[in-house]
Amino acid sequence: MLRIKCPFCGERDHSEFSYGGDANITYPDLAAPMEAWIEAVYRRANPKGPHRERWQHIDGCRLWLIVERDTLTHEIASVTLAKAALAPLVDGQSS
Amino acid sequence: MSTGFRLPQGGLIDRNSQYRFSFDGRALTGHAGDSLASALLANGIQFVARSFKYHRPRGIMGAGLEEANALVTLGDGARSLPNAVASTEELHDGLSAHAQHCWPSLNTDFGAVNQLFSSLLGAGFYYKTFMGPGRGPKSWLFYEHFIRRAAGLGKASREPDPDQYETVNTFCDLLIIGSGPAGLEAARIAAEAGLDVILAERDFELGGALLADTGTIERQPAAQWLASQVDRLSKSVNIRVLKRTTAFGLYDGTVAGLVERRDPAQATTIPWRERFWIVRAKRIIIAAGAMERPLLFAGNDRPGVMLASAVGSYLNRWAVAPGRRVVLATTNDSAYATARDLAIAGLSVTLIDSRDRISEPLHRLANNTGIDLRLGQSVRATLGSRHVRTVDIGPANGQGAVGSRLACDIVAVSGGWSPTQHLLSQRGVKPSWNESLQAFLPGRANEPIDCVGSAAGLWRSDDCARSGRAIAAAAAAALGRKAPVEDIPAPGGWETPIRPVRLASDLNLKKIFVDLQHDVTAADILLANQEGYEAPELLKRYTTLGMAADQGRTSAVPALALLSEMANRSVGEIGTTTFRPPFAPVSIGALAGMERDKHLLPIRRSPLHDVVADSGAHMLETGLWMRPWYYPQNAETVDEAYLREMRQTRDAVGICDVSTLGKIAVQGPDAAEFLDRVYVNGFKAMKAGMARYGVMLREDGIVMDDGTSWRLSETEYFMTTTTGNAAKVMAWLEDLLETRWPELRVSLTSVTDQWAGISVAGPHARNLLAANIGELDFANEAFPFMAVRNGVFNGVPCRLARISFSGELAYEVYIGASHGPALWRALRNTAKELGGCAYGLEALGALRIEKGHVGGPELDGRTTLEDLGLGRMASTKKSFIGDVLRQRPDLRRDDRARLVGLVPVTKGEMFKGGAILAEQGQEDGHGLGWVTSVTESPSLGHWIGLGFIQGGLDKWQGKTVLAADPIRGRSTLVKIVAPHFLDPEGTRLHA
Repeated sequence: MLRIKCPFCGERDHSEFSYGGDANITYPDLAAPMEAWIEAVYRRANPKGPHRERWQHIDGCRLWLIVERDTLTHEIASVTLAKAALAPLVDGQSS
Repeated sequence: MSTGFRLPQGGLIDRNSQYRFSFDGRALTGHAGDSLASALLANGIQFVARSFKYHRPRGIMGAGLEEANALVTLGDGARSLPNAVASTEELHDGLSAHAQHCWPSLNTDFGAVNQLFSSLLGAGFYYKTFMGPGRGPKSWLFYEHFIRRAAGLGKASREPDPDQYETVNTFCDLLIIGSGPAGLEAARIAAEAGLDVILAERDFELGGALLADTGTIERQPAAQWLASQVDRLSKSVNIRVLKRTTAFGLYDGTVAGLVERRDPAQATTIPWRERFWIVRAKRIIIAAGAMERPLLFAGNDRPGVMLASAVGSYLNRWAVAPGRRVVLATTNDSAYATARDLAIAGLSVTLIDSRDRISEPLHRLANNTGIDLRLGQSVRATLGSRHVRTVDIGPANGQGAVGSRLACDIVAVSGGWSPTQHLLSQRGVKPSWNESLQAFLPGRANEPIDCVGSAAGLWRSDDCARSGRAIAAAAAAALGRKAPVEDIPAPGGWETPIRPVRLASDLNLKKIFVDLQHDVTAADILLANQEGYEAPELLKRYTTLGMAADQGRTSAVPALALLSEMANRSVGEIGTTTFRPPFAPVSIGALAGMERDKHLLPIRRSPLHDVVADSGAHMLETGLWMRPWYYPQNAETVDEAYLREMRQTRDAVGICDVSTLGKIAVQGPDAAEFLDRVYVNGFKAMKAGMARYGVMLREDGIVMDDGTSWRLSETEYFMTTTTGNAAKVMAWLEDLLETRWPELRVSLTSVTDQWAGISVAGPHARNLLAANIGELDFANEAFPFMAVRNGVFNGVPCRLARISFSGELAYEVYIGASHGPALWRALRNTAKELGGCAYGLEALGALRIEKGHVGGPELDGRTTLEDLGLGRMASTKKSFIGDVLRQRPDLRRDDRARLVGLVPVTKGEMFKGGAILAEQGQEDGHGLGWVTSVTESPSLGHWIGLGFIQGGLDKWQGKTVLAADPIRGRSTLVKIVAPHFLDPEGTRLHA
């Protein structure tokens, strides 16, 4: 079981979280060309090693998080809030 | 043949206690402290099982989890437990055990006839015989039924498990698995350094190998050292000691799965039978010891052939002599202590050592105790019927004929030791082969997991204790605590090196059992090797070696040694297989814990649950929700009830609990912009006080969900979602706001549980509401279609919108959840007076089908707006999620399956959801479409349905196709019509 250190709630089992996909993807404008949307929605790198991922602490604070996880070892290097503007929520706590 | 007996003294058993137990109906006695196996041996019972494939007689061969033969079924009826290991099962009063895998009895087993056909049942037999070329894909399906009846290990009960199981979630600094000298010392040092320690021991006594050790450790007698350690442990507040607890799996994040069995003596005071521990440890130390390996010779599976260490355990721990004349065959030093103990106990001992030379102390030991020592010899074969009677021995180099035949009733064997590394292997850590120790030693884990003691290949108990201390000190230091530093001893510790096992050339390979539990012989391995299955993972799958319940604990290394001999490659080059959880079988009950039956999932109840039940509702489980299904009157069936509810609703008025709809408060200056981006249609231009039906797409352009959003003010919307998608939509909207559009000033709050919702539909809906809701003008002009208004019920504010799912004049009214029941009662009473009723889920679904509204069966994650006939809803004045990818050419094709209405050609006929739409005579294949929703329509007087067909109305309107339903044996001709069966102009809606 992965243990994910939520910046707001602390370290919890991964079963409290829900995986939300690759965090490296920049989603295009809603009216961007189709090729850009196909790239964003369908094309995935599937890296072996460090990977930035979006997770939601869905059974906790419900915040969306950026988790840096090694896909090979499952080691988690960092967990930060997806929305930077919410940082004051967790100020003073380590991430 | 009875050979075993209890010695007059010694052992860790309570001779004052008298436990009655039974084996195959025979009444027997034993003592507290016995295992089932020790008690059986003490009663002279050695032959306890028949083997898996050939039904050969098998006896107790181990004294712990390495036991491969002595699997029994415990208990009876609902509590019967197959494949219990007799050697690890703690004896208790009243225990009843049965031999398994034999019929009609252990002694007269018809399956033993398989031995005659053993030449046919070799490796790959099933593949070659039943699945081979020319037999076609269906032949296995035919044979499997017969094969399954004859095979299998034990039988599970078919009755529900009556016992209680619990789950324990816990944390610790250090989890130590195993309580031999290494585990005990590791626990002591870690606790002294201030760590929070859990010590898990599979056995019902702490001590591991020390329990049967008559020697010394750290200059003290082993028993004395152990007693003082256990005493110290019991006084330490930092250590949780879990006996009868098997660590069966290690997972990511140093999380361990343990299963603890109840002390059978406390069956009346402890409510649970087993507990599943999920331990989140900062570090883990594996002190699981090592397992002795058997030797390979013809008839090495005969009852009476036992591991030397097991014989030592029975003798010293349980005061049981398994026989009187012991031939002890070894390749290493470890068996000498057992030989000495057996001789001192007065048994006749012949020690066969395959090595030509041994150290002086071992010579002295043999001389001093009168052991008949024969060097350079090995066992070639055993003879006997249901028990070993003689062994043939010959030169260990495999050259030369059998030298002599020795009479005996026990053959104790030691082919070396394998460190127990299954848990580390589960973490993907590859062991490395040490040729001089003839053992796989643990590799280095990237995670904070260490191996100590004989699990790390240390053979001397002093070294084990020291390694436990040293590694625990290092672990403490890594966790920021101080502990005395010590050197870690090197693996090994025998005075004379082990001699690798080599097979004599003249042996009958079919009688050499490598995997005792799965009846895999040396001949099978030779065959697999000849057929090219050289890699251990392939060998395993082809021969099923190591795939029985014991996971090949004693067979893996002997098999590799054999393979290495046959393939002329070193064991290290060949490598070993990866072990996977669970290390030992775990009952499903323990994993399920309390989460079974009604506790499997939480039940969600609407705030109106009790009051609709009072109204006579039959409830239905839908997802997590309990929802009113129908409200029978005078013993109506569901069909009678829902049709009446529909009629009453269409003719007068009906009320329906819609509290389960997802409800989200969308608030903030950018709320309108946000909704414009997530819905296909526009919400910005909609004025406060109005509501609108909206559809959301996924990014790939497929419809995700639908519902209404009500504009309460410039900056606030009240969004409803479908019941089933409520959680998904909420998480999706949160995702968008936090990760994609952080600049939008919008706040989301789930208010599903805060509001009770009632739908009021039918020609009298207005009258019914006007009679109950105050401070609100219900006139058509004052409260038009799709308007949102506030009202007051009994002084409590409520929120209404004039929206309709049924096609009738209809409103949804929401009130604070705790006031819902009062509102329901009031509306229900008035409805009755007006000739109306409450309607349930069945009628709700049927009403919307009549109106042609799409629901869950149509929003199946594959359909586009156009497929659903909602293409015109999509705004062209703004962009929204899914707008780009929904324009992909294949999603715009005219021949995609599109929503249509279906009516039977013969009015009296019915058809069902799931039927395939096909042209008559072309029912094979995938057809042209499918039926999603059907209902009987009281308004039209016949069955109607919704479905999808390639090309939709444009191609099929007015034409006839077959709704083929071969599985349910019903095929109906249906006509394709527009999906709006009732009031397509909407006159009822706008009334």
